[in-house]
Amino acid sequence: MSDLNVAAVAAMNGMENPMMKTDRERMLWMYHRMLLIREYEDTLAIVYFEGKLPPKIQKGLAFDIGAGSIPGEMHLAAGQEAAAVGVCAHLEPRDSVWATHRAHHFAIAKGVDLRRMTAEMFGKVDGLSRGKGGHMHLYDPHANFACNGIVGAGIPHACGAALAAKARGTGAVAVAEFGDGAVNEGSFHESLNIAGLWKLPVVFVCQDNNYGISVSKRASTAVESNVVRAAGYGMPGVSVPENDAVQMSAVAGAAIARARCGEGPTLIEMKVDRYYGHFQGDPETYRPKGEVKALKGQDPILKLERMLLESGAIEATGVAAARQQAKRSVAEAIEFARNSPYPGAAEAHQHVFAD
Amino acid sequence: MNAEVVVKPGAPPRKLAYFQAMVEAIRQEMRRDPAVFCLGEDVGAMGGVFQSTVGLFKEFGPERIRDTPISETAILGMALGAAAHGMRPIAELMFVDFMGVCFDQILNNISKTHYMSGGAVKLPLVITASTGGGICDAAQHSQTLHGFFAHVPGLKVAIPSNPYDAKGLMTSAIRDDSPVVYLFHRGLLGLPVMGYVEASLATEVPEESYTVPFGQARVVREGDDVTIVAFAQMVHKAIVAAAELDKRGISVEIIDPRTLVPLDVDAILRSVAKTGRLLVVDEDYLSYGVTGEIAALVAERLDRIRLKSPVRRLAVADTPIPYSRALEPVVIPQSAGIVAAVDELMRTSIK
Repeated sequence: MSDLNVAAVAAMNGMENPMMKTDRERMLWMYHRMLLIREYEDTLAIVYFEGKLPPKIQKGLAFDIGAGSIPGEMHLAAGQEAAAVGVCAHLEPRDSVWATHRAHHFAIAKGVDLRRMTAEMFGKVDGLSRGKGGHMHLYDPHANFACNGIVGAGIPHACGAALAAKARGTGAVAVAEFGDGAVNEGSFHESLNIAGLWKLPVVFVCQDNNYGISVSKRASTAVESNVVRAAGYGMPGVSVPENDAVQMSAVAGAAIARARCGEGPTLIEMKVDRYYGHFQGDPETYRPKGEVKALKGQDPILKLERMLLESGAIEATGVAAARQQAKRSVAEAIEFARNSPYPGAAEAHQHVFAD
Repeated sequence: MNAEVVVKPGAPPRKLAYFQAMVEAIRQEMRRDPAVFCLGEDVGAMGGVFQSTVGLFKEFGPERIRDTPISETAILGMALGAAAHGMRPIAELMFVDFMGVCFDQILNNISKTHYMSGGAVKLPLVITASTGGGICDAAQHSQTLHGFFAHVPGLKVAIPSNPYDAKGLMTSAIRDDSPVVYLFHRGLLGLPVMGYVEASLATEVPEESYTVPFGQARVVREGDDVTIVAFAQMVHKAIVAAAELDKRGISVEIIDPRTLVPLDVDAILRSVAKTGRLLVVDEDYLSYGVTGEIAALVAERLDRIRLKSPVRRLAVADTPIPYSRALEPVVIPQSAGIVAAVDELMRTSIK
């Protein structure tokens, strides 16, 4: 089995397009979604700290993780948008995405209801899970999206969904998205082996943001590129070495088309950047000074925006309108979440079982 | 060994071994519902190391009776994904001890998905595994561990003690929309290689499909002096002990809850209210376990129940299961120990 490369798969673009008729439509869709994701994450970064800092918290504390409008841990995906839109641009509603603790970008790209997702983070009754999941446990069966708080745990879930699709003949594809830290979990290896063995319609998307919390990829991973691991499981491995939505879309589109027509799984490693800490409030002492600033110099949204402007696919007024629209959507979602009531105490005892 | 039992016309009521009854339930549900399928190690052509899927591969083929690699995390993780997408998987772990390999999928994923999704995602799946000691398989292949599963919110736990319940509880498990852990005791299966339990291993089992509802205990034996609550293999040890105690004029009532979650609390309380004495016998570990839970349920209701003697517990006394033939029965409760415990209960009163 020969590895795919970016040029080869770009040539295969005619094979897919389930939702968008033209490359231009797809690029514009990706651009709009990336703007929405970035606006969402940058807004959450601010809203998250509401009520968490002095003087609103108990004296002596520098930061109270459980206080404020959005309690608990918060993992933001700014800088990783390209991976999400590159993949989801090729997914249909019947396809499923199984994501991680840092999953807002995939949730938004897959079409999860932004207002209910936000209400969930606020712990409100209108949340996707009626306030019982929080931001690491977003489930939207209508969008076929689920994420997971345990590193690597969702990877076999995608294989199970792919197996179900095969058994039921639905033609659906499943995507497991995870970070470079997850490839060192046993669940990754068990899942890839079975997917390769049974030629399951699944795509494994590893986002290499170079960090597993604080430990760099170099310090945790025996191989430079995780793509080589694909060979051990009888599937092609493709690397996207740049944080570039167009390249990611080309590679993901080919892998999804390959899965859909019964040729089996693909492992993709996409280079992305993590602009925020592992969690909000992470002091990031492990990160070289100036690293994030340098990474932002190659921002994937600005890159796509330039391309769209240069090709005439969008005009300056269109850019301004798109940015305004993203702001409005996020503000509406936050407003919806703020106005939603908290669940009643009885809610705590519901849904332990399905009956 | 014969998976299919041939019944001749006019023959006496059909008897099945535990494993045959369990397989019959799976077969009938697989015929009824194309969403039901099995996956696990050696479930295919071999029919399961403990014959828990014997004969099914031949009828349903490799797509619905799926042999997997030795990958417990993937087996359970895939069961979750498939269940969320319209299937009703039965995932076999072979030995319950192996759940240690994949406990995250049970502890953090399968048990919690319905709750964490606010009811949006149902997981109709069954995890099966063999349990129990008795064949000197030592500490990594002899545990029961049902208390672990019962402790985690979101899992139903069935531990049948006989062929009739094995079939009826399996049918209920497969039809349940919540995850069910169904544990079969190796000593009770009726396999020709393991005949060490003092019990009649083949009993009457109706051929037609039926369910044993979860949360309904069985009164195995009625009595007036002492209530014994026992599970799986311990039910049979208790039956032997009760016969011996009868000779001494002590009348024993045995309650088999059949499912730990949901637990038929009323049946236990009803019996204890009648006898005034309770012995809980379990093959799981003693401390922080099922026996303590049942004792606590009674303790919390002492305003309504009058005990004549303190509650007693018999379980694996907080050691791993030892290998030697001389040692294994020291830690796993035996009939003689049950007799001694009941004797002591009859001689003790509450101050």
